[in-house]
Amino acid sequence: MTTTRRTILAGAAGTAALGGLPFRSARAQAANTIRIGVLNDQSGTYRDISGPYGVECTRQAVQEFGNQGFNVEVIVADHQNRPDVGVNIARQWYDQGVDLVLDVPTSSVGLAVNTVAREKNKAYINTGSATSDLTGTACSPNTIHWMYDTYMLAKSTGGAMVRAGGDSWFFITADYAFGHALERDTSTFVRNAGGRVLGSVKYPFPATSDFSSFLVQAQASRAKVIGLANAGADTINSVKQAAEFGITRRGVKLAALLMFLPDVHALGLQTAQGLILTESFYWDLNDRTRAVTTRLQPRLRDIKPNMASIANYSAALHYLKAIKDMGITASKLSGIEVINRMKAMPCDDDAFGAGTIRPDGRKLCPSYLFEVKTPAESRAPWDYYKLVQTTPAEEAFRPLAEGNCPLVRS
Amino acid sequence: MDELFGIPLPLLFGQLLLGLINGAFYAMLSLGLAVIFGLLNVINFTHGAQFMMGAFAAWMLLNWFGVNYWFALILVPIIIGATGIVLEKLMISRLYKLDHLYGLLLTFGIGLVIEGVFRNEFGSSGLPYRIPPELSGAWDLGFMFMPVYRGWVVVFAAAVCLATWLVIEKTRLGANLRAATENPALVQAFGINVPRMVTLTYGAGVALAALGGVLAAPIYSVNPQMGSNLIIVVFAVVVIGGMGSILGSVITGFGLGIIEGLTKVFYPEASATVIFVIMIIVLLARPAGLFGRTA
Repeated sequence: MTTTRRTILAGAAGTAALGGLPFRSARAQAANTIRIGVLNDQSGTYRDISGPYGVECTRQAVQEFGNQGFNVEVIVADHQNRPDVGVNIARQWYDQGVDLVLDVPTSSVGLAVNTVAREKNKAYINTGSATSDLTGTACSPNTIHWMYDTYMLAKSTGGAMVRAGGDSWFFITADYAFGHALERDTSTFVRNAGGRVLGSVKYPFPATSDFSSFLVQAQASRAKVIGLANAGADTINSVKQAAEFGITRRGVKLAALLMFLPDVHALGLQTAQGLILTESFYWDLNDRTRAVTTRLQPRLRDIKPNMASIANYSAALHYLKAIKDMGITASKLSGIEVINRMKAMPCDDDAFGAGTIRPDGRKLCPSYLFEVKTPAESRAPWDYYKLVQTTPAEEAFRPLAEGNCPLVRS
Repeated sequence: MDELFGIPLPLLFGQLLLGLINGAFYAMLSLGLAVIFGLLNVINFTHGAQFMMGAFAAWMLLNWFGVNYWFALILVPIIIGATGIVLEKLMISRLYKLDHLYGLLLTFGIGLVIEGVFRNEFGSSGLPYRIPPELSGAWDLGFMFMPVYRGWVVVFAAAVCLATWLVIEKTRLGANLRAATENPALVQAFGINVPRMVTLTYGAGVALAALGGVLAAPIYSVNPQMGSNLIIVVFAVVVIGGMGSILGSVITGFGLGIIEGLTKVFYPEASATVIFVIMIIVLLARPAGLFGRTA
């Protein structure tokens, strides 16, 4: 027993020593290396939405960017959807010379890392969190929020439901920053369109897997629309159990306010058909999206990218272009300057097309309202969406003046 | 309309029923844990992973071999139970002489490894498993819409719990088991092969977890985390019921399902915590659990 333990300890010490050596010799090189840290959920509910696939998309961007006179290194960590873990990793990374923290789904973690980036004056691009507060009250000169937020989802999906006659709502909400923001933004749209919010339940995240109780409460409220202010496996279980309890068959509409392509895949078209949802990317949308998906396919194997995983590709590419434009030495001095340079340059890539970044850190891109196909309509694997409506980039997000972002007022 | 504390009665009945259904899962899982703890003195933290393996095994049987739900109900407990037997023989049996803590750490670690392997292979968003056609559809109970499948889960789980209790309390095999729990050395002296009985008991406990997994597959998305969400709650159920008490774990499982269901109506934010609050209160008032015997 003791021998074994000693062997392990000796082994660990040896590994540490070995690991230390190349790091020291690489210190001279560090000045010429950009380090991107992808921080996301590698093991929990949100893993399949980005997780390892978001990392591969980032690597694809680095590969396509090619050698432009500096090295790029991509490192990865799992924040386990816990703000304390996320903050510790981000702080450690920034202190060890990581230049950009990327992805960071789960709004509670996304908001926490936002503060760290500002404190350390480093660059932070959030692609994974949904809360619109990242470009609202919590906006920061060090942060860009990439391809979606709760306001955009509320406007696209919520707006479409209200127009289709769904004027009374009941929310089933994940009890943390994301769920609260999504419920708040959607409620605003419903009320402004003359609809009513009849009630809501906030359930513990991530400890809930049975939603039947909440679905029955929602049904008892006699609301026409049940708004699911949740994501990932929670949404999957909610939709699945709503079908089980015959809720949709009785004419009540389900609004899956945040749903990604892998969620639809996990549900299967039999259960998911007819759902209305919003994404800012779909692999089969146009020639450019099909082209980038084809290039990514060897990395993702049999999975198609969704807006969250591919946003890391788009964001990393634009970031690297800005670094090249301002020079690596200047970029190491100030995260704010890097973000400012990114805001000054127009974005363009195959995933989201042409776009711009607003002073509050909001990256603008069109939002697309999709309807999930029926099993009969789907002709190939991952052929899941029908485009219903496009909201242009300028109208898709909350107007600059309404976000209460301190950067805009000053 | 009749109301109780501002909640319409029909809604309250509905929630009681739903709580009972979740309680059925708690009861089945905590029963397996209690049986294992009773004889092996090991707190089997792999239980959640074994529950998840049961659901995945059902999915694999259906999608890879075309074996339907009904056969899965029989085959899966046997297959996963067998993996439990191998696990007990190879690893857990080496820890009986040590403190409880070692068994807990080992099984917890194995659970994490199994979960990680499934996550790598199948991702985290889960796989669809359809409700068998014979049990699809729903009854309109007036106060709520009751899916046939959920009704089946309650009845089936209650029957399994009852059968397990009868085997342990009323048969010769059960008598030997109980005797071996009290004094293994003496029972062995009577010519009963206690190590083999221990192995088979672990296998049976694991089979119960796997059976729970098959029952859960059509309701929840079949995903690698489905067990770890449940195991802590189930562990709390066992503690509240009294470690190793068969009847205690079953009654507590159903009871806490109902209490949790009611919390989901009155104060949903606390529905994940309420069981632990009860656990603290029970531990303070009756450290051996509600049905446990004080040593």
